[in-house]
Amino acid sequence: MLRDITLGQYYQTDSVIHKLDPRVKLVATICFIISLFVVKSWVGYVAAAIFLAVMIKLSNVPFKYMVKGMRAIVFILLITVVFNLFLTPGEVLVSVWKLKITREGLQLAVMMAVRLSFLIVGSSVMTLTTTPNSLTDGMEKLMKPLKIFKVPVHEVAMMMSIALRFIPILLEETDKIMKAQIARGADFESGNLVKKAKAMVPLLVPLFISAFRRANDLAMAMEARCYRGGENRTKMKPLKYASRDRIAYGVLAVYFAVCIVIRIYL
Amino acid sequence: MSIILDHVNYVYGGDTTLAVQALKDVNLVIPDGQFIGLIGHTGSGKSTLVQHLNGLIKPTGGSIYFNGEDIHEQDYDKKKLRSKVGLVFQYPEHQLFEIDVFTDVCFGPKNLGLSKQETELRAYAALKQVGLEDDYFYQSPFDLSGGQKRRVAIAGVLAMKPDVLVLDEPTAGLDPKGRDEILDQIAKLKEETGITVILVSHSMEDVAKYVERIIVMNQGSVMFDDTPGEVFKHYRELEEVGLAAPQVTYIMQALYKNGMPVKTDVTTIEEAKQEILRTFGK
Repeated sequence: MLRDITLGQYYQTDSVIHKLDPRVKLVATICFIISLFVVKSWVGYVAAAIFLAVMIKLSNVPFKYMVKGMRAIVFILLITVVFNLFLTPGEVLVSVWKLKITREGLQLAVMMAVRLSFLIVGSSVMTLTTTPNSLTDGMEKLMKPLKIFKVPVHEVAMMMSIALRFIPILLEETDKIMKAQIARGADFESGNLVKKAKAMVPLLVPLFISAFRRANDLAMAMEARCYRGGENRTKMKPLKYASRDRIAYGVLAVYFAVCIVIRIYL
Repeated sequence: MSIILDHVNYVYGGDTTLAVQALKDVNLVIPDGQFIGLIGHTGSGKSTLVQHLNGLIKPTGGSIYFNGEDIHEQDYDKKKLRSKVGLVFQYPEHQLFEIDVFTDVCFGPKNLGLSKQETELRAYAALKQVGLEDDYFYQSPFDLSGGQKRRVAIAGVLAMKPDVLVLDEPTAGLDPKGRDEILDQIAKLKEETGITVILVSHSMEDVAKYVERIIVMNQGSVMFDDTPGEVFKHYRELEEVGLAAPQVTYIMQALYKNGMPVKTDVTTIEEAKQEILRTFGK
């Protein structure tokens, strides 16, 4: 039941996108997000759509998976659309009671919806094709310059990878405890909000205890293997750019340039 | 009163590339009052199977009947089913959450909507059944030892007065003494109340002494389903799937091969002793 959360989960298959260096994918995702805010015309969104479609095609991840991730933001999407639709002043198209739908509002609402869904699908392309470990590796490498400002880059990356690593474990644990309590007659579904919140106690207490136990065990295991943070630490598989990564940067640069050109001239 | 599994199939991970068929065409009849051992190697599907018995998992194919009713019918009362088929998970002590032992055991019967008095009576009886002393009743469950915690967790399920008790690896992670204590307690409970008990384990040695029927699972299918004596006759095949018959089976087989006219289908040391003495007596 809980495994249905796809946002940010790795989908295992073989593709060019999967093989790319995580740094490329990180930069590309950031660029893609920026590009969504750079373009303002429909032509720009068509360009973004084409870019995204090609990436999804190349990634070999079923499109169904990307859409599944959208489910999580349906609510936010709905609110955004409704607010933009009714609260933007301008040329009135339809007017019901006190609510007015304006031409500008309609445009803005559709634009926002497209922007938001592209944002989510775009970043899920990254998370679906990159393992959490390589993602944090890439992040660590990219953020290295921040060390000058005394940012503990390695520690932050390590914390992130541990956190990401524990998501599936804790999900599984939640699932197990939930089942165990259901087997004891617990009811997590019916009742009002207060009752539902109270019903979470038999789930949350054991979950917290097990999370602390796991954290303790992990810390002990790391200490036992002489882990002492980032200074002078080497990697078993250091990240190295291959030719396909350079090509990917090239493609990305072209896409970004096109977006800027569209913004300026169209 | 019985559980029937009819062509039950279960696939994990549905439509992804990682789909795994955990159960393949499982057909079982579990009549009332039997003491059953469900044996299988890690990943053989035994844990998945037991979660089907109280409707926690819905089979992707086939149906399950409890007392003649399909448990996945629209209007079937699953909550009632779960009180009738008590399932104790692996490492059940991880599900404890209340401030004291007694309150935690009350959780199950309270969920059934019983009165306070009935709930407490049941909790008390259940704690007695698992052999926990009164001194521990008002301690935090987290202050107990591993074996005691496990007893409390088992009592938590027993307090619902199930007709069928399913225990998923109740002895995992316990030392030999703790293991024997728990198993003896379960056997005693079975004798006193006459409920159906399904004991899940990967160790033949553990269950051979207690159960009257053994179901061996291998890669999601039922491999053997018979009395312990009959199942252990296939000890060579059992070895091939990473299981083993109890040591006493090997001894008796070796004796038989070397010309001693003993019966080879004994399952406990006591039986083996009697059998050997019998051949000498002749």
